[in-house]
Amino acid sequence: MSIMQYNGSAVVAMTGKNCVAIAADKRLGQRALTVDMGFDKVFPMTNRLYVGLAGLATDVKTLHDRFRMHVNLYKHREERTIAPKTFAHMVSHMLYERRFGPYFVEPVIAGLDDNQQPFICNMDLIGCPNFPNDFVVCGTADENLFGMCESLWEPDLGPEELFETISQALLNAVDRDAMSGWGAIVHILTPDGVITRELKGRMD
Amino acid sequence: MDAQFAIAGKDFAISVADKKVTRSIVTMKHDKDKTYNLTPHTFISVAGEPGDTDNFSEYIQANIRLYSIRNSQDLTPSETANFIRGELANALRSRRPYQVNTLVTGYDKTTGKASLYWIDYLSAMAKVPYAAHGYCSYFVYSTMDREYSPDISLEKGLDIVRKCMASLKQRFLVDFSDYVIKVTDKQGIREIPMSEL
Repeated sequence: MSIMQYNGSAVVAMTGKNCVAIAADKRLGQRALTVDMGFDKVFPMTNRLYVGLAGLATDVKTLHDRFRMHVNLYKHREERTIAPKTFAHMVSHMLYERRFGPYFVEPVIAGLDDNQQPFICNMDLIGCPNFPNDFVVCGTADENLFGMCESLWEPDLGPEELFETISQALLNAVDRDAMSGWGAIVHILTPDGVITRELKGRMD
Repeated sequence: MDAQFAIAGKDFAISVADKKVTRSIVTMKHDKDKTYNLTPHTFISVAGEPGDTDNFSEYIQANIRLYSIRNSQDLTPSETANFIRGELANALRSRRPYQVNTLVTGYDKTTGKASLYWIDYLSAMAKVPYAAHGYCSYFVYSTMDREYSPDISLEKGLDIVRKCMASLKQRFLVDFSDYVIKVTDKQGIREIPMSEL
């Protein structure tokens, strides 16, 4: 088993019509042993931009701290908040800096740009970015998530439909993965603000 | 083969650590205290590579105490845990990382709440109601899952500790006859002797 599967995780992001959703499970484990059922993997960077980190828990924490520092420095230096696309390239650069001794984390970035258009992006652990316009997945349940998203997602979903779609996709994906699940959290980013909901899931 | 586990209630936290120092099949010492007091209300218990545990704990203890002296104010449990995680994470990607599993147990005087942080040798950290490290986690987690509720009293907490020790005694290969049991609450840290448990 690779180090990417050591702690277990599932993160997914989806685009909608003028909205975007990002969701993650809440498990922290050591291989098959569950340690915590309330471990956050999705973090706000600005009020229009969230980042989800799937992979080794220590690097989830380390990278969250480093991202927060760089986003704050950017805000002070530029006197404006960072755009999702800019942030994605910063993340990519920070990961590729460690090309031969990487952080074992695959990030998912979800945000709304200046024109309230959805932006999603994911990367591998050395920062090769992808900018699809439907959905992105990563973690130990990524194959399950691909199957669920492929069959449930459709274009131009509103915030509430998008919430239902991403929640069903995540919950049903993690139920067939032993390393992730134990509850989930969903953030829906809309031009009016962020809706955050916690989902109860199977605890086995 | 260390045994350490801890439980946090609303306004108290209990931490238990065995006293054995082992090397391969030999027990080198029966009476080692693996806990370190950092502030009057916060302490850690450590397990892992024997040299690393002492070295790392003393380094952390000295730095936390230095902070208290310099600023005339103690770090809160969450600040302490994040400092420890930061130091461990930096060491992880250095030439020689520490192989130390830590439980940070503390009581926050300002909020009146106790908390417990689980940190493994990779410096993954989680704020948890109860925790264990190493082989003993395969035995005590099931007991704590069944017995724990967020509003337990100190007496109920000590009862869970007794049950955990009983299951270790019955099912675990290694015999840990002696433990250090420490409690932190608004009165500060105190040790409960095995004879009074």
